[in-house]
Amino acid sequence: MTGRDDNLISVFIDEEEFLVPPGTNMVEAARLAGKEIPHYCYHPKLSVTGNCRMCLMELGMPLKDHSTGEPIIDRRGLQKIGWMPRPAIACATRAFPGIHIKTDSELVRECRNGVMEFLLVNHPLDCPICDQAGECSLQEYAADYGRGYSRFVENKNVKPKRTRLGPRVMLDDERCILCSRCIRFCKEIAKDDVLGFVDRGSYSTLTCFPGKDLQNNYSLNTVDICPVGALTSIDFRFKMRVWFLKETPSICAESSVGVNTHIESREGKIYRITPRRNDEVNDTWIPDSGRILYKSIDTDERLIHYTIDGSHTLVDGAAKEAATLLREGAVAVVGSGRASVEEQYLLGKIASAVKAISVSLVSRTGDGDGLLVSADRNPNVRGALLTGLITSLPHANLGGLASAIESGEVRTILSFGEDLTQCGVEKQLLEKVNVIYFGSHCNETGEVAKVVFPTLTVFEKAGTFINQQFRLQKFLPAVPGPQGVLPDIVSLGKLCSILDGEAIPPTGPEGVWAEMNTEIPQFSAIDFENIPINGILIDGSQWEHLPFIEGMSLHYDPDNNRQIMAEVTKSK
Amino acid sequence: MPPTEQRIILKFADQPGYANDIECYLRHGGYEMLHKAFDMEPGDICHEVELSRLRGRGGAGFPAGMKWKFLDRKSGKPIYLICNADESEPGTFKDRQIIHKDPHQLIESMMIAAYATGTKLAFVYIREEFPEGALILEKAIEEARAANFVGPKILGSDYSCEIIVHRGAGAYICGEETGLIESLEGKRPYPRIKPPYFPAVLGLYQCPTIVNNVETLCNIKHIIEIGGEAYSHIGTPAATGTRIWCVSGHVRKPGYYEFAGGAITLGELIYDVCEGMRPGRKLKAVIPGGSSAKVLRADERFHGHLKDHTSFDWGLKDIPLDYDSFMAVGSMSGSGGVIVLDDSVDMVEALANLNAFYAHESCGQCTPCREGSLWMKKITSRMCSGEARSEDADLLVSISKQIEGRTICAFGEACSWPTQSFVAKFKDEFVAKASEAQSQATGSENGDRLI
Ligand SMILES: Cc1cc2nc3c(=O)[nH]c(=O)nc-3n(C[C@H](O)[C@H](O)[C@H](O)COP(=O)(O)O)c2cc1C
Ligand code: SF4
Ligand code: SF4
Ligand code: SF4
Ligand code: FES
Repeated sequence: MTGRDDNLISVFIDEEEFLVPPGTNMVEAARLAGKEIPHYCYHPKLSVTGNCRMCLMELGMPLKDHSTGEPIIDRRGLQKIGWMPRPAIACATRAFPGIHIKTDSELVRECRNGVMEFLLVNHPLDCPICDQAGECSLQEYAADYGRGYSRFVENKNVKPKRTRLGPRVMLDDERCILCSRCIRFCKEIAKDDVLGFVDRGSYSTLTCFPGKDLQNNYSLNTVDICPVGALTSIDFRFKMRVWFLKETPSICAESSVGVNTHIESREGKIYRITPRRNDEVNDTWIPDSGRILYKSIDTDERLIHYTIDGSHTLVDGAAKEAATLLREGAVAVVGSGRASVEEQYLLGKIASAVKAISVSLVSRTGDGDGLLVSADRNPNVRGALLTGLITSLPHANLGGLASAIESGEVRTILSFGEDLTQCGVEKQLLEKVNVIYFGSHCNETGEVAKVVFPTLTVFEKAGTFINQQFRLQKFLPAVPGPQGVLPDIVSLGKLCSILDGEAIPPTGPEGVWAEMNTEIPQFSAIDFENIPINGILIDGSQWEHLPFIEGMSLHYDPDNNRQIMAEVTKSK
Repeated sequence: MPPTEQRIILKFADQPGYANDIECYLRHGGYEMLHKAFDMEPGDICHEVELSRLRGRGGAGFPAGMKWKFLDRKSGKPIYLICNADESEPGTFKDRQIIHKDPHQLIESMMIAAYATGTKLAFVYIREEFPEGALILEKAIEEARAANFVGPKILGSDYSCEIIVHRGAGAYICGEETGLIESLEGKRPYPRIKPPYFPAVLGLYQCPTIVNNVETLCNIKHIIEIGGEAYSHIGTPAATGTRIWCVSGHVRKPGYYEFAGGAITLGELIYDVCEGMRPGRKLKAVIPGGSSAKVLRADERFHGHLKDHTSFDWGLKDIPLDYDSFMAVGSMSGSGGVIVLDDSVDMVEALANLNAFYAHESCGQCTPCREGSLWMKKITSRMCSGEARSEDADLLVSISKQIEGRTICAFGEACSWPTQSFVAKFKDEFVAKASEAQSQATGSENGDRLI
């Protein structure tokens, strides 16, 4: 037994030995062993109820002699296994030393066939019009374990087909397989126990508590975890067949939690945003409010032209003009907590090249919900600290900037994505100075700007954010931006190289990272390509004294994070 | 001469003039055993119960002493005692007699059990359909509290314990102990998965909990009275004490009869105690332990070996009334509800009736029972309305086999055993239904329709 992690226990799955952490249930143990045990009600982040019975397996344990306690050895010299006469559910069976399971025996297959037949007898034949088709566990397992023909000649049960459970979730009770995942989610995760079953037996029906609505900001997660098409998103239903959708890994920019997402798109159009599992950040959940952020990318307010004094130009022209203005000095830079780490780094370079009088960031705050929306609604304030763009936490009001304009101290402002009229700088005041504005949508700052650079949204570009845990996380472009609009790294890079005379500006995050590797000690070993899918913790201990505003959330505890930081520091 | 009953639990219940108030109970020696028990160490009481080899009367026949021993005392959590008075198994009506006629016997026994197990709070979970029983119990508990038998500092000791009567809301599944516990917690009575939720470890409010049937608990005071060892000599070694058999159906004298374990045979119960079949009728079948027990056919012969390796060769009438004999013939003594069917009964209709009950009562939590019970009901109902098919009998058995052993609670077996045994033993009638349907005949002519 040398060389093994002492904490692991050995389990035998279909006669092969695997080592798993103690407490692992057999669905997960099989997964670790590369086998799937089909299941419906089990969900790794919810309590175990064991109601669907799809995960039945054979369970055995090594036999011991009752009187001596010695293992009983069979003719082959192996310890004899006592197989239980009844199948057991994998989801509620936890690893114990020497446990044996069969996941593929005659009996196991027969159990699965039986459960599948039962689930289908009263199930409607809706697949052709059902949104779940293509990502439906019932469809998938029916292909593996279905009988292929029906023995059911009775009338099927009739249940409500279209019940609005809340503003965003629609229920088809006939498709519901009564797995109770949605009920458990509302109770255990969203802490809004509004769903439940009424009636008994096969007539059991999911419903919302009378007088209540399923309207908490996490309601759409029930749609994701519903294994069938019983719960559908009112926004997404009937819009697109899921097998046409491309999934791009991304990060939700709603707050500093940094929820991991998939952007699901087809032919350059986003249809929905779904959570991407990250057990260190958001588990398998996402707030409803984060799912709709993509909706603004196609609006009329979108900026699509590089302009100087309102006339269209190309990016090089805009960069040249901006450089000229910036070189005149008396510059204030307003960065953004929504910009990526790479953009913040380049912005910082620009600020130092022009010896900016001030660099500020605009804070965005709200109430944290203790789960996946934090009080800091900027996704990347920590990125601005790491890149040296700022050294203290941002404020909501740029009153200092307003008086600096008033006094004539500031003559040029570069704003990256922020509408300054929303943070204490009046439009009339802005008209007194040269404004260079980088932004994705038009606003009053854009209107008065001399030079405008249209930018891409997080859905259209690649980059990284650093969340409240100081976890660096990567997002990739899901859809192309408006025609002719270059990635923000490119525009900033061009401007930067004019200002500091560098020959080849970066064209993507890889190039910026090559620079940051040498410039920023905490980033020294990181290469953009290889940032792990679950992100990587950055040593942020240097900023630990700052009064960050986030409270507790799902996997973040401000006090605890200090300890985690200390460990990251030690390990470096 | 019919065999005479040996009444211990129902000793006074039907005596003329015996009332269910505390004065009457005290006049008959009531609560003396509570005094005696309070002079004993709790551990010694548990030991006596173990010695008595008392087995559960609620259905499974599990040894009570062993159940009490399983209580997780290391956890330091409070211990709860629950009396299961849900008595919903069709054909069972014994607990009701006890509650209505001798409630103090139950209360005295419960308080002894509570003291012995260190219970913090005791409950009686009584089915909704016993409104009278609930009132009687509440009044009796009030009387017992006034006499310091229940409540704070019982009999001047340091031990305090209340009994709370909780009424169900009309669901059979609340009789299943973990469903009962969920219901008592105010939730839907969805039975819990075992493991991990064994009541003795993670019961009511996730605390160690004992659930015992009314009749089981009533035996406790008698065990204290004569001692566990002496009690174990009543009946047979594997069926100690007495049992109340509830006989219903086509006998001349249905009712409840208390006999020592194994003291009489099924034949004696039906023909001597219950005075046989109605005039002109012949015995056709017996469901021996509540409706979920597998049916036995009148002309069957049973061979095999008992646990003690003795061989047996019995007709239906020869089966001794005890746990293991009914197991040996492939059925069970269950809740003690003996349902007698005569030759007027259409067995397909009888099964349709049972299937309707189980489909109605399935809690619906787990797939096989939820879908299987209703499917079987739909089939047998169709068979009884002139649309039987020749493949139905085998289909029914196949469905029931897909339920049995694969569910969260024993309701899975309860709803599949009737179908399995009815079809196995009366297949000719199921086949006949199909040919009748083919020849356009509808319904049955013999006897009263059961659905
Ligand atoms: C579906 C189902 C229904 C049950 N109903 C009852 C009941 O009504 N009364 C009862 O005492 N036990 C009932 N039981 C048995 C209980 O689960 C439990 O075993 C019993 O109360 C334990 O008491 P005992 O050991 O004293 O028999 C039922 C079990 C099942 C599976
Ligand atoms: S839930 Fe699945 S099986 Fe049912 S209709 Fe929808 S796609 Fe088909
Ligand atoms: S609606 Fe979906 S998640 Fe909810 S119980 Fe039904 S099948 Fe399960
Ligand atoms: S076996 Fe039936 S009664 Fe028991 S939990 Fe499952 S559905 Fe409910
Ligand atoms: S996954 Fe449903 S019972 Fe295990």
